[in-house]
Amino acid sequence: MWLWIHKFGSPPHAYRLLGKLAPWFGWPALGLILLATWWGLVKAPADYQQGDAFRILYVHAPSAWMSMFTYVVMAVAAGIGLIWRIKLAHAAAAAAAPIGAAFTFLALVTGSIWGKPMWGTWWVWDARLTSELLLLFLYLGYMALRASFDDPQRADRASAVLAIVGVINVPIIHYSVVWWSTLHQAASVTKLDKPSIALPMLIPLFIMIAGFQLYFGWLICRRLRAEILRRERNASWLKEAN
Amino acid sequence: MDLREFLNMGGYAGFVWTSYGLTTVVLVANWLSARRVEAEQLESAQRRLSDKENRT
Repeated sequence: MWLWIHKFGSPPHAYRLLGKLAPWFGWPALGLILLATWWGLVKAPADYQQGDAFRILYVHAPSAWMSMFTYVVMAVAAGIGLIWRIKLAHAAAAAAAPIGAAFTFLALVTGSIWGKPMWGTWWVWDARLTSELLLLFLYLGYMALRASFDDPQRADRASAVLAIVGVINVPIIHYSVVWWSTLHQAASVTKLDKPSIALPMLIPLFIMIAGFQLYFGWLICRRLRAEILRRERNASWLKEAN
Repeated sequence: MDLREFLNMGGYAGFVWTSYGLTTVVLVANWLSARRVEAEQLESAQRRLSDKENRT
């Protein structure tokens, strides 16, 4: 087990493995996202209350899910890096941040575009929207903090603390619709009993989420490779890298 | 299905197509930037290594 971790944690090995893995994420991601887009826009029936505007769900909910998922990945990687001093884990956290920021931005903007016709407003300062906005600032703060250090090891440690403290915001986002009275609707899919959304509408949502997860997998492979290169710039194995 | 009806999205065309368009732009931009960052890092690392070799 430790031998395996040591081997995977070695930069040249991880670099090569990530390069081999990437297409296995990338192509299925493309296929699933295209399938879900067609399914969500064409095949799924219109909502009886929201009409066709509900179709924004298929880009909004997966983005929002990924914004939180990516943050947890980033915080766990930062925690592993901090506790066991594994540089590759710090590199993974650094690689995840811009991806998470992009998903958070998408969740906020598509939510705003959906809010206008349904709630009559682009934005309200309710708990769900405010905590999601805070998530965007956490990502941006994390990246700014990293960029402010010249020494990568100090950047790793300081930004890891921020990432770990900020993870408290993730359950706040999730439960915000339960704990406070919000304009945002309560959860329809992640309920314990049974989802309050019809199956023909649910299937494309799950396909889209799966597609987004795989797309994230592809992105993290590429960005982590870039991070490894940045940190290993003087290593001789790079001569054979491609 | 009628194409015009489909594009009209029950009157929500502006909202639905803007959301999907923006999502496409952000996903494609992420894809391109991840590829670009990786290529830049590889190039700069290899240039540095060949410089070092030439000097010694």
